[in-house]
Amino acid sequence: MDKNFIKIKNGENIKVNQIPYMEFDLFYENVLQLALNGYSIIHYFAYNDNFQTRLIAVFRKQNFLYIATTDAPDEYQNLTEKSIKFHNYERELAEEFAIKTINHPWLKSLRYHSNFLGKTDVFGNDYSNEIPGNYEFYSITGEEIHEVGVGPVHAGIIEPGHFRFNCIGEKILHLEIQLGYQHRGIEKQILQLKKSALPILIESVAGDTSIANSLCFSEAIESLANVEVNEEYEKIRGIALELERIANHVGDLGALSGDIAFLTAAAYYGRIRGEFLNILLEVCGNRFGKGFIRPGGSKFLININQRRLFLNKLKKLKKEIIEIADMLFNNAGVLSRFESTGIIETDIANDLGLVGPVARASNLFYDVRYDLPTGIYRNISIKVATEKNCDVMARALVRYKEILHSLDIIETLLNNLEGTKPNKNINYSLSPNSLVVSVQEAWRGELSHCIITDPDGNILRYKIKDPSFNNWIGLAIAMRNEEISDFPLCNKSFNLSYCGHDL
Amino acid sequence: MKSLILFLTLIVLAPLFSAIMLKIKAFFAGKKGIPLLINYYTLIKLIQKTSVYSISTSQIFQVGYLITLATTLTSLLFLPFSGLPPLLSFNGDIIFVLYLMSLGKFFTLISAMDTGSSFEGLGASREAFFSFLAESAFFMVIISFFWFDEKLSIASYFMANNKINVWNNYNFPLPLVGISLFLILLTENSRVPIDDPATHLELTMIHEVMILDHSGPALAFIYINSYLKLLFFSSFLTLLLFPRFGLDNKWNIASFYITLICIYISIGITESIMARFKLNKVPKFLVITFSLATFATIIIMGFAR
Repeated sequence: MDKNFIKIKNGENIKVNQIPYMEFDLFYENVLQLALNGYSIIHYFAYNDNFQTRLIAVFRKQNFLYIATTDAPDEYQNLTEKSIKFHNYERELAEEFAIKTINHPWLKSLRYHSNFLGKTDVFGNDYSNEIPGNYEFYSITGEEIHEVGVGPVHAGIIEPGHFRFNCIGEKILHLEIQLGYQHRGIEKQILQLKKSALPILIESVAGDTSIANSLCFSEAIESLANVEVNEEYEKIRGIALELERIANHVGDLGALSGDIAFLTAAAYYGRIRGEFLNILLEVCGNRFGKGFIRPGGSKFLININQRRLFLNKLKKLKKEIIEIADMLFNNAGVLSRFESTGIIETDIANDLGLVGPVARASNLFYDVRYDLPTGIYRNISIKVATEKNCDVMARALVRYKEILHSLDIIETLLNNLEGTKPNKNINYSLSPNSLVVSVQEAWRGELSHCIITDPDGNILRYKIKDPSFNNWIGLAIAMRNEEISDFPLCNKSFNLSYCGHDL
Repeated sequence: MKSLILFLTLIVLAPLFSAIMLKIKAFFAGKKGIPLLINYYTLIKLIQKTSVYSISTSQIFQVGYLITLATTLTSLLFLPFSGLPPLLSFNGDIIFVLYLMSLGKFFTLISAMDTGSSFEGLGASREAFFSFLAESAFFMVIISFFWFDEKLSIASYFMANNKINVWNNYNFPLPLVGISLFLILLTENSRVPIDDPATHLELTMIHEVMILDHSGPALAFIYINSYLKLLFFSSFLTLLLFPRFGLDNKWNIASFYITLICIYISIGITESIMARFKLNKVPKFLVITFSLATFATIIIMGFAR
């Protein structure tokens, strides 16, 4: 089935002309077959090479990536109706490269910007209007049906996004999520920046995922430049990524408790999240790990004194995390809120192509660290945390298990640090006409960067796919037939990124 | 005279009592907590601002909160604090007070509807439904009191020569009524586990969402109303619970204050250790409240007379 695709490993660089080329009709058939047969989409995007727009599809099955390419048509019969995984990718294609997908069930602009090619807009939007909103929302009519619009400006300190609920009484029939308010044009900015400024932009793709993004970027660049990374740096990177995961997961557990007014856990987890961010602060001078990881290695190391300090601190924090979790997960009131709320069944999660803790809570066994390991993860064994109940409780438990597992990983890595200062290679040039796909397990799930270079070794196309890009639709589906008052709780249990989606 | 002084002191202290609750919650969260006078600071801050009214609202929105505050203040006049004679009293006043409170709630509801916001409509519909259930429970409490006293006056229930106090002999069903009243208190004052006064999530709010459009002095009056309403329900419960030391004993007032503060503290503790109910569980909770009061009434009918 995948014979027309090239099979590569995570972070392996190939020449663009090595990618199998197919006529569009054949490509269409092949891509659809893969999507329907258990291959998950990592990328499905277009790029412009010598005035020719090309389409690239990157799939994953088990431990390998499968890539193929074709010339992009101006329009084609949509794939979304046959496999819903394509839904957002096809909307993105239409928005970025004006490739119209015929009969797409909901062809609507994703981020509200004009296309990259200056072609006529597929959606008929006038982008000189600053405020997005020139589009229809899905609506339901009938007696007792009412619409509730929330956002884009919210009451809490969260990012902008518009939620449109179609309700009957307190029950949600349908939720439409409209994003794009955070669109900064990252993918276009990358092409104009100096090499030295790139990491800084990459770290600001999503502020709470800066380490994962910067790691993904660094590994892609290293692969293209054929730079070897010292194992000491790989360990440090592993520690950084796991610290980011723990900090965010702990924060999420606290926020979940806050939403159901379970005060103690909210307060304690809120503080503990800060403790982990402070460890990052002590290592690299930034609570969110900005400026920590750079291509070739990392800018900071952990010395012997810090190591002892951190090990003690982690031990204490682990004890606290377990104590509070016992209190949280054994409280009847908490269980009655968490259990059977916001269910996404396994086959639906699979059809939608969900990733990360959300997918694992729906009993999908996929963790990039386990399936597509790079760096230090090739040397350590990863336990993939899954849950069977598919509800808010499952998502909370997956996070809790991952926190404990990540603490163990950090402890192992800290103990194995050599404390020496290895050489690093900072001068690099990218190999020309190449493509690399690097995938990382960010704390929200599968994060992937894909870089294509031109004949001079400059970046021709930089595609970022945040896990939120896959998962927002999951939240919309999870809310169907739920009470509208449970939306904030379900939303927190997904905790998706707005800026990661909007780029 | 004594009654008037006590009445005024309690009104002035009401925001402080509410702050005690916040302190307790902060203690459970392992925090130092905000200053005890925070509510006064907030009121002063709000009163110095100007109210902004949405252009989609009518006059009802601008007088609604005043009527609500007036009804709550009037209701407080009927309470015999610490067993001293109330400022106002007549036979049947308990029914009057109950409907006065409902009138206040009615104006909160239509003020919320007046804004035309979809959130406030949701909140109003929830509040109306839950208050309706809480009201029936309160009526059952009054029915049980009526079996003791055969009068419909708060003063006659709780004044010095009372029968209705948990510390009196043969009043063993009264703790049940006390629990029922405490649950009604939580519901009527939008406390956890029914509602969460501290949340910022509009979609989950019941009471807070109805006041989203108020600002400045209007919001200050709404806050005052919420302190006073909590004071009303807490005092009502205190009258049932506080230990007395005979007629005209000066210790009665101390005992009243201590019990009142204990009730605020127990609200704080409840809020700290419980998670909020799922919204569709709230009616079941209120039915339990009603059943407790009914059960107490049945026992009183059979044994206590």
